[in-house]
Amino acid sequence: MAAPGTEPEPSTTTPDGPPSGGAEPTPGPAAPPYRKLYRSPHSRMLGGVAHGLAVHLGLPVTWVRAAFVLLFFANGIGVLLYAAFWFVVPIGIGEPARGGLGPTYVWLNGQFVPADTVGARPQPLRKGQPGRLGRLRDLLQGTFQGEPVVPEQASAERGQSGATSRQNLGQLAALLMLVVGVMALLNVLNIQSSQPYTWPLLAIGVGVALVWRQADDSRWQRWFGLEGGGKRRGAFARVGAGVLLVTVGIIGFLILQGTGSTVASVIEASLAVLAGVLVLTGPYALRMWQDLGAERTARIRAQERAEIAAHIHDSVLHTLTLIQRRSEDPKEVQRLARAQERELRLWLYRPEAAAEAAPDTLAERLREVVAEVEDRHGVPVELVCVGDCPMDEKVAAQMQAAREAMVNAAKYGGGGPVQVYAEVEGRTVSVFVRDHGPGFDPETVPGDRMGVRESIIGRMKRHGGTARVRPAPDGGTEVELEMERAADD
Amino acid sequence: MTEAVSTGAGADGPVRVARVVLVDDHRMFRTGVRAEIGRTETTGIDVVGEADDVESAVKVVAETRPDVVLLDVHLPGGGGVEVLRRSAAVMGEPGGVKFLALSVSDAAEDVIGVIRGGARGYVTKTITGADLVNAVFRIADGDAVFSPRLAGFVLDAFAATDTPPVDEDLDRLTQREREVLRLIARGYAYKEIAKQLFISVKTVESHVSAVLRKLQLSNRHELTRWATARRLI
Repeated sequence: MAAPGTEPEPSTTTPDGPPSGGAEPTPGPAAPPYRKLYRSPHSRMLGGVAHGLAVHLGLPVTWVRAAFVLLFFANGIGVLLYAAFWFVVPIGIGEPARGGLGPTYVWLNGQFVPADTVGARPQPLRKGQPGRLGRLRDLLQGTFQGEPVVPEQASAERGQSGATSRQNLGQLAALLMLVVGVMALLNVLNIQSSQPYTWPLLAIGVGVALVWRQADDSRWQRWFGLEGGGKRRGAFARVGAGVLLVTVGIIGFLILQGTGSTVASVIEASLAVLAGVLVLTGPYALRMWQDLGAERTARIRAQERAEIAAHIHDSVLHTLTLIQRRSEDPKEVQRLARAQERELRLWLYRPEAAAEAAPDTLAERLREVVAEVEDRHGVPVELVCVGDCPMDEKVAAQMQAAREAMVNAAKYGGGGPVQVYAEVEGRTVSVFVRDHGPGFDPETVPGDRMGVRESIIGRMKRHGGTARVRPAPDGGTEVELEMERAADD
Repeated sequence: MTEAVSTGAGADGPVRVARVVLVDDHRMFRTGVRAEIGRTETTGIDVVGEADDVESAVKVVAETRPDVVLLDVHLPGGGGVEVLRRSAAVMGEPGGVKFLALSVSDAAEDVIGVIRGGARGYVTKTITGADLVNAVFRIADGDAVFSPRLAGFVLDAFAATDTPPVDEDLDRLTQREREVLRLIARGYAYKEIAKQLFISVKTVESHVSAVLRKLQLSNRHELTRWATARRLI
């Protein structure tokens, strides 16, 4: 689906030769300045070494694979070479198709092709060709690659292309060659029955290959966040099979060596050595682990600090500058300071509320109203809120009445702090607004003063609530607003 | 809230002086508070020590044995709670050191944390000098001091919930205690509460002390966390 390597080079990775598995080499027209070798995560038989090499060298995969197979017969050098590549070369990262870092590539007909040349929809990775051989191939690849078989629908979509079937043939041929190679190898092994260690060694080799393959897979999934929910069991199965094979191989090896009678003691000894190694390296490993953790914590802290610094810079420092410039206007300075204090408090102690854009609960709405009154009238308003509830029409009316009461308290309350207490108790919402001013008797208020009568008492009545204005015991005035909430939420 | 400074060195009455230690990591704030309440001849408060972190606070408190410690909630070295924990010895004894939390913090967990740690009250830093002097003498006399905000926190924390109380006596507020707290939250001074409820100031004080005791001893699990969560609906 995608070209391996972080610096995809269309010219080299997409030779435009005939799309056949056994195609002749089609070297890229322009040599790239710099290329890195990666193993290909896709279209691999084992570790993606051959494929990665092929892409790197601009050769057909089949050639590389054939070279490995041929080298295998040269005293198994091919295997060693392959293993070395597998071990050393990292699996391809920075997949362009998903990373969006460059042109998108798809694996099509044995070549990497820019996605736009084949249409918006990338072709499926493998072509599940109906027929026994196709299924056998799928099975084989599935076993070693751990990738799901291409869905039927996808394969149906591509049925039209004759090139794909030819390419399928090519891949099949490669696989068959591999099978033949293995057969030949088995023959050789049978002949070499004088070397009895071969079978255990083979088992160990296959087991190790399985485990390594799985490690590659999980790494791959981690990088790209592929959720392997359904795959996980398969992964465990493969790792388990690999471990089992290795164990069987080792035990077989020991038995063949004539130490079969002492397998138990050998295992014991191995365990002892393992334990010793653990004891010796444990502290270092633990230390490293802790260092990693500490480093991570420090990094997170630094990030947090940076965020706080940014916030303070944006808000507090800015306000302080404004305050310095306007130092001759105490009202404005107070307003700025209060507004900033409020914002900072909200940010420090109620980050969730600060993140919310629109206040839709009583407490948030009250906070807004209080802020507004403080700013407009330059009088501190102390708000205490017990409980909370969502806003509805009736509560909204109550908030308007409360606002009016606060404005009155700020205007006539003698400049002292206004105290607002709101409580939600079941369905009842009560708000108390109190000032410490000279106080007044509602009875003596002249009839033409509509503020208290209409905006507070009248409004509450209209919405089915009650409002009381009364002098506080030791001076000042208190307005009490009580409202039943509307419908249940 | 607007009561005049009545305690302290009055013209007649016995001259009382409360020895106070200021614990706050902001020197400017300590200086301000000292200037505001530290004039012993008028306020009756003698600032006998200052500290700016947990370590020095514990040391100063142990050395000077003041009547009242004005304790900031946020302090380097573990905060006010840590000071309280490490001063348990001087707090426990009869006539021992009493702590009054003084904070700008808006967070319920900070405030209720120090109260549960053993502080006898909590006031905000916006408090006036006269009110602070009053609060200090109230604390020195063994009473509890609730600011409107603390009363709100406590009402919230003890609000009726689905969780059954572990200890009925401690985990619930009586109707009267609830009323008193509500009036405090509404901005009433003790004297006003007494008038409103037709009880004596002493009774108000005993109600407040009972609430404080419940708050400090309550078995309610995760009281603080829970109260905080409730405020964050």
